[in-house]
Amino acid sequence: MDQPVVRMEGIEKHFAGVHALKDCRFELRAGEVHALVGENGAGKSTMMKVLTGVYRKDGGRIWYRGMEVDIEDTRAAQRLGIGMIHQELNLAQDLTVAQNIFIGKEPRKFLRFLLDDKEMNRQAALLLGQMKLDIDPTTPVARLTVAKQQMVEIVKAISYDSQVLIMDEPTAALSDSEIEELFRMIGRLKEKGVGIVYISHRMAELKRITDRITVMRDGAYIDTVQTAETSIDRIIAMMVGRDIYQPAKPDRKDAERRETVLEVRGLTRHSVLRDISFTLRKGEILGVAGLVGAGRTEMARAIFGADPIDAGEIWIHGRKARITGPHQAVRHGIGYLSEDRKHFGCLLEMDVKTNVALASLNRFVSGFGFMNDRRIAEVSDQVIEELRVKTPGNGQRLKFLSGGNQQKVIIGKWLTRDCDILIFDEPTRGIDIGAKSEIYKLLESLAAEGKSIIMISSELPEVLRLSHRIIVMCEGRITGELINDQHATQEKIMTYATDRVG
Amino acid sequence: MRNTVLAEATSKFAVKSGLQQLLAFGSLILLVLFFSIASSNFFHFSNLVGILLSTAVIGVLALGSTFVIVTGGIDLSVGTVMTLCSVMTGVFITMWGLPVPVGIIGGLLTGALCGMLSGLAIARLGIPPFIATLAMMMIAKGLALVISGTKPVYFTDTPVFMKISQGSILGAMIPGFDIPNAVLIFFLAAIVGSILLSRTIVGRYNFAIGSNEEATRLSGVNVRAWKIVIYTITGLFTGIAGILMASRLNSAQPSLGMGYELEAIAAVVIGGTSLSGGKGTIIGTVIGALIMSVLTNGLRILSVPQEWQTVVVGFVILLAVYADILRRRKAA
Repeated sequence: MDQPVVRMEGIEKHFAGVHALKDCRFELRAGEVHALVGENGAGKSTMMKVLTGVYRKDGGRIWYRGMEVDIEDTRAAQRLGIGMIHQELNLAQDLTVAQNIFIGKEPRKFLRFLLDDKEMNRQAALLLGQMKLDIDPTTPVARLTVAKQQMVEIVKAISYDSQVLIMDEPTAALSDSEIEELFRMIGRLKEKGVGIVYISHRMAELKRITDRITVMRDGAYIDTVQTAETSIDRIIAMMVGRDIYQPAKPDRKDAERRETVLEVRGLTRHSVLRDISFTLRKGEILGVAGLVGAGRTEMARAIFGADPIDAGEIWIHGRKARITGPHQAVRHGIGYLSEDRKHFGCLLEMDVKTNVALASLNRFVSGFGFMNDRRIAEVSDQVIEELRVKTPGNGQRLKFLSGGNQQKVIIGKWLTRDCDILIFDEPTRGIDIGAKSEIYKLLESLAAEGKSIIMISSELPEVLRLSHRIIVMCEGRITGELINDQHATQEKIMTYATDRVG
Repeated sequence: MRNTVLAEATSKFAVKSGLQQLLAFGSLILLVLFFSIASSNFFHFSNLVGILLSTAVIGVLALGSTFVIVTGGIDLSVGTVMTLCSVMTGVFITMWGLPVPVGIIGGLLTGALCGMLSGLAIARLGIPPFIATLAMMMIAKGLALVISGTKPVYFTDTPVFMKISQGSILGAMIPGFDIPNAVLIFFLAAIVGSILLSRTIVGRYNFAIGSNEEATRLSGVNVRAWKIVIYTITGLFTGIAGILMASRLNSAQPSLGMGYELEAIAAVVIGGTSLSGGKGTIIGTVIGALIMSVLTNGLRILSVPQEWQTVVVGFVILLAVYADILRRRKAA
């Protein structure tokens, strides 16, 4: 019992210039529920991907039941008995429960020529029974609730005789009663001696079902504590790090007196956004904090018309705006900078000037519908100079630019379109530290010029450094709004961000 | 310092991609050289004109197809829509007795309408292009048969119609230079297509949509509307092909057309346009179409049976696309 099932030590991982894991450790005992917590980007998932063979570690050692192992791929992890329940479930919706559990290891008969469905269903029923689950193995998975599907996924994992089960935000999509059911299941797994790594942001849950908590921050190991002996405040403090340098708060004088540019009233989208209301003033940076899955991106996309809404109004400059698609939002002067630049932000295969002009091509048309390419080049060169984009020229394709410079080109695209309301979704994601401060300066000067900015960020120091006001979201609702003065702290934001109601 | 290195790297890259553009053209020249050496009958004015003439119809279809393929879409209906356009032109001119130019405009509009309907199904109803245009392929095929009563429509009373394809304005101006109008129209259509794709806003959106449709939509571009426009353009080119075809045969043959769409797509692909969208040129498509006709013509002159010609073309498609994949892998 004393010997841990899994011991990871000195784990190192680098991704193209980013030191993702620095000398990290983790230990899991049999029959233990061990929480792994940290802010977004702290390295939790990377650490678990190393353990499950998705990533290969660059350094460090892993022991499994006292034996040093080399987990070279996901199959190796599976053979050892390490299973993972992902946030997004990986079940084939049209296959039955039993078919899903035994996928890749179906019982067969007649010289392994035919599938033995009867045997498969029998074994599946046995496994489901062991976990005291009342599910018919012949039901197609699509007919089960999300919670039940998750149970099937867990049964599938233990059908490999898993001794270690990693659960990534398992309660994210569950209702309260379903969570209770999940917890009962976790209890049964503990009795069987299965060690569980539990990744979650929900502090109350951690207190209830975990035995120990390991905290990570900025790719480094912080500490491992006994859950029973540690307060939630202390865990949050460890996650956030008290010693983080907090730069001067932005100058807020006369901010309250400025005119309202954008007003959102009662924005609602089924099961994603609930009654979102807020205002944005001229020249203001409004920070939007919250954890992954809190609905921040969904809110931005709803305002921008990228996703349909069920209810709510958007008022721009005191007038109600009808926005049913991004082209209408853009006409109202709203620009959106996606968190996922590669897929939603820019045309990687196209050059700088095409990307700069993309949102305002119709302004570059001369007689007979011809594109005025000379004018496009001039405007692009202006953007390159003003935003200090590092590129050999306006003909460079965007995929050869660094993340920070891509981001500048996208900002240039909206400025070229004269957008005065800019929604930045994780503006510094995937951008290295040096370029980050440049983006910060750019945001500040845009606001100073009178642009109004909504900035969604998972990095609290970023939110606290740039925002005039901060709204905090949790589960599709706004759970808090604060003026960014000396009373606004990371701890306060985290408390709002984990403010979960039923 | 760093910038100069980068600039150098880019200019090298530009030269490289320019060279790659020449690759298809180089293959065409090589093919012509090969057949000229292999057979004394190949490099004759009349044979070369024959090659160009046989390229015209598929070539114009391929020009139109280039537009949808650059958006990352596909149009399987161009073959049978072309036939429907021929038939409708026949109906307008021979049955309704409309003047020839009006009949031609009617034929062109038929193509544009079919393209627009495909575009509507794709952009408004969200039906994948493959399915929507497959449906249009069947609809057009059926309609062509229904409207014509499954019988060819002959343009015997309007001899001028035949001149559209078979006459030679150039021959009249320059004695001995008897290049049929169909070839002229093909090249004119290519020039117009090239300008549309590379110099106008439609073309620019064309590449943007093919490069990243969602990012384009999120840049405030009304992607749905532009897709409809683009499929309509493809339909218009299909209409031109329909007129050329009818004029060349001096009749509208309602059972023809099936399979032309695949040859058009093959020409586009050989010309270096990516089926995943975002890349492609009209000049590439013209060369692609020429490579296909030179191959068939040359092989025929070498007395390779027609069945085997098809086999060779199949291999050429594989080769062309594989060369493109190799190039991309190197660039990455």
